[in-house]
Amino acid sequence: MAHKAGLFDLRLVIAVLFGVYGVVLVVVGLGFTDETDLAKADGLNINLWSGVGMAALAALFGTWALLRPIVVPDEADEVRESTSGSA
Amino acid sequence: MPVLAEADLRLDAGPLDYALLAIYFAFVLGIGFLARRSVSSSLDFLLSGRSLPAWVTGLAFISANLGAIELLGMAANGAQYGMATVHYYWIGAIPAMVFLGLVMMPFYYGSKVRSVPEFLRRRFGKGAHLVNAISFAVAQVLIAGVNLYALAFLLNLMLGWPIPLSVVIAAVIVLTYTTLGGLSAAIYNEVLQFFVIVAALLPLTLVGLHKVGGWQGLVDKVTAGPGGSEQLSAWPATELTGIQNPVLSVIGIVFGLGFVLSFGYWTTNFAEVQRALSAKSMSAARRTPIIGAYPKALIPFVVIIPGIIAALVVPEMQALKAGDGDSGIVYNNALPALIGELLPNGMLGIAITGLLASFMAGVAANVSSFNTVFTYDLWQDYVRKDRPDEYYLRVGRLATIGGTLVAIGTAFLAAGYGNIMDYIQALFSFFNAPLFATFILAMFWKRMSAAAGWIGLVSGTLAAVAVFVLAETGVLDLPGQGASFIGAGAAFAVDIVVSVAVTMVTRPVPEERLVGLVYSLTPKESRRHSTTGEDAGWYRSPVLLGIGILALTAVLNIIFG
Repeated sequence: MAHKAGLFDLRLVIAVLFGVYGVVLVVVGLGFTDETDLAKADGLNINLWSGVGMAALAALFGTWALLRPIVVPDEADEVRESTSGSA
Repeated sequence: MPVLAEADLRLDAGPLDYALLAIYFAFVLGIGFLARRSVSSSLDFLLSGRSLPAWVTGLAFISANLGAIELLGMAANGAQYGMATVHYYWIGAIPAMVFLGLVMMPFYYGSKVRSVPEFLRRRFGKGAHLVNAISFAVAQVLIAGVNLYALAFLLNLMLGWPIPLSVVIAAVIVLTYTTLGGLSAAIYNEVLQFFVIVAALLPLTLVGLHKVGGWQGLVDKVTAGPGGSEQLSAWPATELTGIQNPVLSVIGIVFGLGFVLSFGYWTTNFAEVQRALSAKSMSAARRTPIIGAYPKALIPFVVIIPGIIAALVVPEMQALKAGDGDSGIVYNNALPALIGELLPNGMLGIAITGLLASFMAGVAANVSSFNTVFTYDLWQDYVRKDRPDEYYLRVGRLATIGGTLVAIGTAFLAAGYGNIMDYIQALFSFFNAPLFATFILAMFWKRMSAAAGWIGLVSGTLAAVAVFVLAETGVLDLPGQGASFIGAGAAFAVDIVVSVAVTMVTRPVPEERLVGLVYSLTPKESRRHSTTGEDAGWYRSPVLLGIGILALTAVLNIIFG
């Protein structure tokens, strides 16, 4: 029986979303931040720093997904599950 | 005056902020479409085919609870009561989550039940099952409505969108991805949402702390403020409970919130347990609530601290805290007010996205647990038995639509209530508080009879309602959250007493039917989980992880107590 449990890798979805967010915020932080923006966040360039943080999160999840790709569960899993009940 | 002050909460969101919001929604719907490919049976749709890894179910476990109550309510409590709010996390969640993983999960996951009510049906038969399935389904739809309303109210306040429009848009988005991808889509979005919320709140907290002059600045300002230094320590939380005597207040917190209310919620609420049931193995299921407990212990730092800071830096909040009832702001708006005060365009968009994401995931959790209970526990058990699985998959999808429609109706009903927190707490104490008593007896006392199951539940619920009525009519005078703590305690005690009394005069359930459901009748091997393959390694040991988080929580309590 085909078991399509692996579907798609959530880690890549997270990596792409935060990759996009990170890049956008870094660009905004570097190129489009004026004095009023800075004053609002008490002098911190919060867009830039948050962007860097999100990009780092994206890199983390991207690396994890690449290093440990999802193994689609096959019959071996079913066997393990049924034996674990009596083992 | 109120009109002017409300206009102050309007965030000047620009095209950039709306674009960031739109990107998120594209991802949310995309997950719905992608998850659809994996749905080929009702178990896939309603329980993710029991295939998810523990880190996913663990994050979804706490995300499902990161809804309206959590964010706005806890930030509001932070602004009003200060550090005492951490009890909702450290006392009111962590021990129960560890208990669920270590003690109760072997029976939930091991017995292969598909829902919490189904456990009651196998243990007690129809009476207790019907009581629980119906009360749970009703509560979930009501809470989904409350979440929807809170979301729409916030959108109206922050962005000026009309409330009915926001209710419908949010409902349609949730409906789309849950109907397409079922529980997998809901859970995947909950994990995504978790990271978006942290990405929104962590920078907000850091900017806020910078603004008040770091941690020392926060301490100095709170000490000098109207709440005084008392608001910097978690114990004895007399303001929070409304119980003046500090000793009784601590007892109220530990037993009312920590034991009865929290164990009732975290260990028997199917919207939570469902996340663990969708895990791919017994080990992963046991680790689900425990893995979730780690971020849960740290979330107060990005929710309660911003609440406290909001009361320090937002002028209207300062006025409210100083006792000015006409300041035009309520505590529930602490978080959005702080966001408007501190975040520039860009991060503003992320923060708005985080808030919306949280609300929608809350609604999705309600809807995705409602449809499972409706399909398996009400429709399949009492209305149409023994149909092919495609039939129940279709019923599951239709239940999702029906539940969302009722929730939209409830959203407009909820508009009549000022304090969302009190409303939901009242609901929880009605339905959840007696449940834990029944479950703990059910799992560890094989003698407990079927009649005791449902009579105990009903009398416990009635006890909670009675306390609620006494508090509402002013017979019991408890201004804070004390009434719901006491209501939960009463429900628990009444349930235990009545269950034991009824068991004494009724026949027990035959023992052969209780294998896998009751501790003493379940062979030790089948309670154990595998420790090979993807469940191998000391860092995947549920017991070790559980001890770790309890130790961390104890340390946090000592530092911030």
